[in-house]
Amino acid sequence: MTLALRVSLARPQFSLQVDCEVPTRGITGLFGRSGSGKTTLLRCIAGLERRAQGRIAFDDEIWQDADHFVPAHRRRIGYVFQESSLFAHLDVRGNLEFGLRRVPTAERHLGFDEVVTLLNLQALLPQRAPQLSGGERQRVAIGRALLTNPRLLLMDEPVSSLDQRSKADILPHLERLRDVSAVPILYVSHALGEVMRLADHLLLLEGGRVRAAGPLQEMLARSDLPLRHYEDGGSVFDAIVEEHDARFHLTYVRIGAGRLAVARSPLDIGARLRVRIDARDVSLALKVPELTSILNILPARIVDLSEGEDPAQTLVRLEAAGEPLLARITRRSAAELQLVPGMQLFAQVKGVALMGQ
Amino acid sequence: MGSVDLIALWLSLRLATLTSVLLLLVSAPLAWWLAMGASRTRTVIDALVSLPLVLPPTVLGFYLLLLLAPGGVIGGAFRALGLPAPAFSFAGLVIGSMLYSLPFAVQPLRDAFQGIGARPLEVAATLRAAPWDRFVSVALPLSMRGILTAAVLCFAHTLGEFGVVLMIGGNIPGRTQTASIALFNHAEALEYGAANRLSLTLLALCFLMLLIVFGANRRLRASGALP
Repeated sequence: MTLALRVSLARPQFSLQVDCEVPTRGITGLFGRSGSGKTTLLRCIAGLERRAQGRIAFDDEIWQDADHFVPAHRRRIGYVFQESSLFAHLDVRGNLEFGLRRVPTAERHLGFDEVVTLLNLQALLPQRAPQLSGGERQRVAIGRALLTNPRLLLMDEPVSSLDQRSKADILPHLERLRDVSAVPILYVSHALGEVMRLADHLLLLEGGRVRAAGPLQEMLARSDLPLRHYEDGGSVFDAIVEEHDARFHLTYVRIGAGRLAVARSPLDIGARLRVRIDARDVSLALKVPELTSILNILPARIVDLSEGEDPAQTLVRLEAAGEPLLARITRRSAAELQLVPGMQLFAQVKGVALMGQ
Repeated sequence: MGSVDLIALWLSLRLATLTSVLLLLVSAPLAWWLAMGASRTRTVIDALVSLPLVLPPTVLGFYLLLLLAPGGVIGGAFRALGLPAPAFSFAGLVIGSMLYSLPFAVQPLRDAFQGIGARPLEVAATLRAAPWDRFVSVALPLSMRGILTAAVLCFAHTLGEFGVVLMIGGNIPGRTQTASIALFNHAEALEYGAANRLSLTLLALCFLMLLIVFGANRRLRASGALP
């Protein structure tokens, strides 16, 4: 199952040239700075750019090639626009039903009630767009797109125009969506934190070209990419809840490299979650540290060292039980510890963020 | 008011209603096409549609008379189909009024369609609505105010027209004599009392119409259905 893209589109100040395949499972983050062509690519996939040339195929369906152009309304995609795009002449229920009514009964796998429950829309149904908050509008827009039972859901920075609270309100819904529905999602964003939290796969765009694509974990640590130098750069791990510690209000989760203590989580034992370790929260020790306040210590091996934009800092790429882990330390420390690739040492993790619960 | 005036008034109302309804049906797709892009053809059509705004009504009426008369192109075609030529008939008045009021329907509609912007239509397309479906279920409801404005302007403009109606219709009571022509007859015959009664009726009618429209507009906006 893939989305095969070979798209070109020329504009006066900008040209898009993309040739790649995107897996159609889970969430694929379309990441890049503003102006890198993320939205344009998404619009090409949706069939909203008539002047795009090339070939777009989703599994066995050809959406566009030299002879065909399947118009947007026949592509079976869902699209969530960046800004609120609810129809002003319909209430929330009318908006939600707009797409659903146009889907043949046989294709309606996701029902109205299911989506309303999933996105917690019950109370909003009789209201109109102007009465809703930004976050609520986007939730409705997501539900409306979902109800067309798309084969592919396209989201163009759905939370970027929202305030922190609305963002915090929507992201858990998106995680739930990823976990419970089988609809693959292409998620455009310029916020690395969002992508780290949601995406399984990453497509990095630069100046209208694909710079790199691959699984999220790998992409975050790759030495030829700028991602690991981002201020909020770091590593993500899939983890399982192993134990709760009532006395110290901690929860222990297991990742490949070992066991991590995190703040007490309401999740059940055995639940899966994603944890994130920022590069700036990882320090290094040559021996097993003793008498330290740091709880989380993982054995690791140095893959390479590189310098970022800040001349005082060194970014150390580690491997912990086969998974990439990034540490940002001072250049002086790196010199004093005489760090070189291949060295075995211990990573002390000061902070672990739980994503998605 | 005399029975002749009442008949003329009734004829005017029928003419204005029928013209407005038919004109909206014709203008909506035309305005849509004009709103959806820019090209040389569109510019020419745009100018043609606006022509009745600047053309003396008598000029329009004169050429229509030539076309609609039994020997004219359209009149001849009507006769070939076994119908009477539309000159000096109610049908002729409707045709003339539609042409004369065309810009009053097309311009508000075109502005309304342009005001919607591309986004709601793109949204509708991603929600599986085909082009015609998008027009009916998104563009039209979002343009309600423009449609209302167009309807009122057409109605009022048709009610008040004089030159075109006189040229095409003549002045046949019960068939082509409209209220504005009846009014002119009264004034010419120095029947100022009758002219006054008819004028006041028309004035009240127009004011009432505007009241209804403004009220409807306000309700639409209050309900959140309009931006």
